[in-house]
Amino acid sequence: MTSLPAFSLYDLEGNQCSFPNNKASLLCFVREECETCHLSMPVIEAVYRAYGDTINLWVVGQEDNQKLRDRYQTTVPLLDDTALKVSFAYQVEIVPTIIFANASGTEVVRWEAFHQGDWKDLITRLSQLTGLPAPAIDWEQLPALRPGCGSKSVAPGILERLTAEAESSPLRARQIEIAEREDPFEFMFDQGMTDGLPVIPPTPERVIRMLSGTRRDPQEVVGTCAPNYAPVTIEKIAINAVMAGCKPEYLPVVIAATEALCSHEFNAHALVSTYGPSPVIVVNGPIRKRLGMNMGINVLGHGNRANATIGRALKLILRNLGGLRPGEIERAALGSPAKYGACYPEFEERSPWEPLHVERGFDRNDSVVTLFSLEGSPHQIADQTSRSARALAGSLGLGMECGWHPKTHSVGDVLLVISPEHVDTLWRDGWSKDDLRMRIQEITSRPVRELLPTEDYGGLGAMPEQVALAHGRTQEQLNRLMPKFKSPKNIHIIVAGGPAGKWSAVFNGFGDAAVSVPVSHKIEEVV
Amino acid sequence: MRILDPTDERVAVRRSLAARPEGVMGTVGLLDINKARGDVMLKQVQLRLNDLLPDVAIKHYRKLTPARPAADELRQQMLRECDFVIEGLAD
Repeated sequence: MTSLPAFSLYDLEGNQCSFPNNKASLLCFVREECETCHLSMPVIEAVYRAYGDTINLWVVGQEDNQKLRDRYQTTVPLLDDTALKVSFAYQVEIVPTIIFANASGTEVVRWEAFHQGDWKDLITRLSQLTGLPAPAIDWEQLPALRPGCGSKSVAPGILERLTAEAESSPLRARQIEIAEREDPFEFMFDQGMTDGLPVIPPTPERVIRMLSGTRRDPQEVVGTCAPNYAPVTIEKIAINAVMAGCKPEYLPVVIAATEALCSHEFNAHALVSTYGPSPVIVVNGPIRKRLGMNMGINVLGHGNRANATIGRALKLILRNLGGLRPGEIERAALGSPAKYGACYPEFEERSPWEPLHVERGFDRNDSVVTLFSLEGSPHQIADQTSRSARALAGSLGLGMECGWHPKTHSVGDVLLVISPEHVDTLWRDGWSKDDLRMRIQEITSRPVRELLPTEDYGGLGAMPEQVALAHGRTQEQLNRLMPKFKSPKNIHIIVAGGPAGKWSAVFNGFGDAAVSVPVSHKIEEVV
Repeated sequence: MRILDPTDERVAVRRSLAARPEGVMGTVGLLDINKARGDVMLKQVQLRLNDLLPDVAIKHYRKLTPARPAADELRQQMLRECDFVIEGLAD
C-alpha cells in the first residue's frame, strides 16, 4: 500500500484542509470540463452527506470549482488545486480519480473514471467503517461505467512544468530569470550563449521534454569537454539540444556524439586550431530513418531538421561547455560554414558496400555516430565522363590531393562522400571500398623530390615523414614514392546524395594523422 | 521567463601573477610546440638571448604535438629546470 504525499489546500470558503489529519479520507480529483466528473458529482455529494461527518470527503478540483458549486448546489468541500501540484504529486492521469485513504494517509482504494461497482464496494466499506447507513442513490439512472478524461496535470506543456517545479525535479542547472520586458532571444545573444543564430530558450519545461528522449540519469557526467575540460551532464546536453532546435528523439544521437567528442582519441582540444576544423558527425543504422534524416538530395546542405539541429547541438555544447568561442580560445583563421554544425547520415540502402559503422566493427542493426575532426566544408570532385571504376577512382584521388596542400603527402583522416551515380560506376566493375582506397593511394603517390618546395610554390608541411625525408635527401629517399594519405585506412568512405549528379565530395582533415582519431559511439535508442 | 544555464557553471579560480623578477638570470627554457617553423623562431630568440644575456643558460623542450596540452611530465620538468620559459606558440 502506498503512503500518500501530505498536502494542504483551501476550499471555496477559504478553509485550509490538510491531509492526512488522523481521519480516513476520500479524495475525488475532478475537472470542471469533464463530463464524467459531472456524472460523478451527485454520487460524491450523496456519499458526503452520508459519511461526511466521520471521514474527510474532499473534491480536489483542477479547474473552476465555483462552477461546480453553482451547477450542483453541492455542500461537499471543493479544494482548489488549479496549481495542479497535488494532482501531479498523486500521479493523477485520468479524472475523475477516486482515492480512499486510511487515517494514517495510506492509499487503500483507487480507481479512475466512473464505475458503479467500485462506488458500491466503497459505500459498503464506508458503512462498515462508520456504522452509518448507505446513501440512497438511484443507480439505475447511472451507467455501469463511463471513461474519464485526461487529467489537466498531464496535459502537454503542463506536465513538463510540474515535473520541473516539483521537489523531485531532475533539473539541477542554474535557473536564470529573464525580466518580463526583456526579449529572451536578445538576452541569449547578449550572454554569448548562441552561435550567432537565434536559439530556442531552454525553459525548464522544454528541457524536461527533451530529457524524455533518454533513459539516462540527467546528472550523469558523460565526460569533460575540451578546451576548458568542463564536466558535461546529460542535463547540460539536453539544454543545448533544446537551444539548437532538436526534438527529444534526437537526444540519444547528441549524447553519443558528445561522448565521442569528450574522448581522448578525438582530442577536441585540437578544434581551437587556426586551421579551423569542425566536428563532423556521420550517423549510421536504423535511427537515421526513425528520425527522418535526409540522406538524399542536398544531403550535405540545409533543409532537414535532424541533420541541421543535431550537428548544431554539438557545436553549442562545444561553445557553452567547452568554451570554444571564436576570438577567444578558438583561433580559426577562416573557419567554415560547418562551424554551425555538421551531421550527415550515410545512405546505406543506396550503397553496395558495408556501411561505415559495420566496417568499424558494429552490427548493421546498431545505430552509431562516428565523429571526425575535419575541415568541415566539403570539396566537390566532378567526374561526368569516366565510364570505368579505375578512371573514376583516379579522378577522385587527384581531386583529394589538394587537401591541406597538394604537395603535402602522408596526411591523416579524410571523409569521402561518394554520390549514388559514382558508386554505380565503381560497383559496375566490382570495386570494393578497399579497391578505391588503393587506387587513390596509387594515383597520388609522388616521389618525395616532387613534393619539396620550389621557387614557384611552397608546400612542405609539417608531416613528420616528409620532413625527415626532405632533410635526409639521399637519392634513394628523394625517389621514394609517397602517397597522399599516411594509410589507406585514413580514407573513410560513405555513400550519400541525390539520385542524379556525378559529383562526390571530400571533407579534408588535419595534415597530421596523430592530431585527432575518428571515434564511433553506439547510440542508445529509446523505443 | 526562466531559462536553464547552458554553460559550464564552474567559477574559475583566480590566480595572481608570479612575482616579477628584477632581471633575467638562471635558465631560460625554449618550448617548441612542434608547429611548422616554430623552431626557426625559437632559434632567433636564442641568438638574441645569447647576445643580450650571455650568462643565461638555455634549455630546449618540445611538445609531441601542438594539438594537445603539454604533458604533465614536461611541465613538471620545465618547472624543475627553468627559471623562465618562452613558448613558440601557434602560427
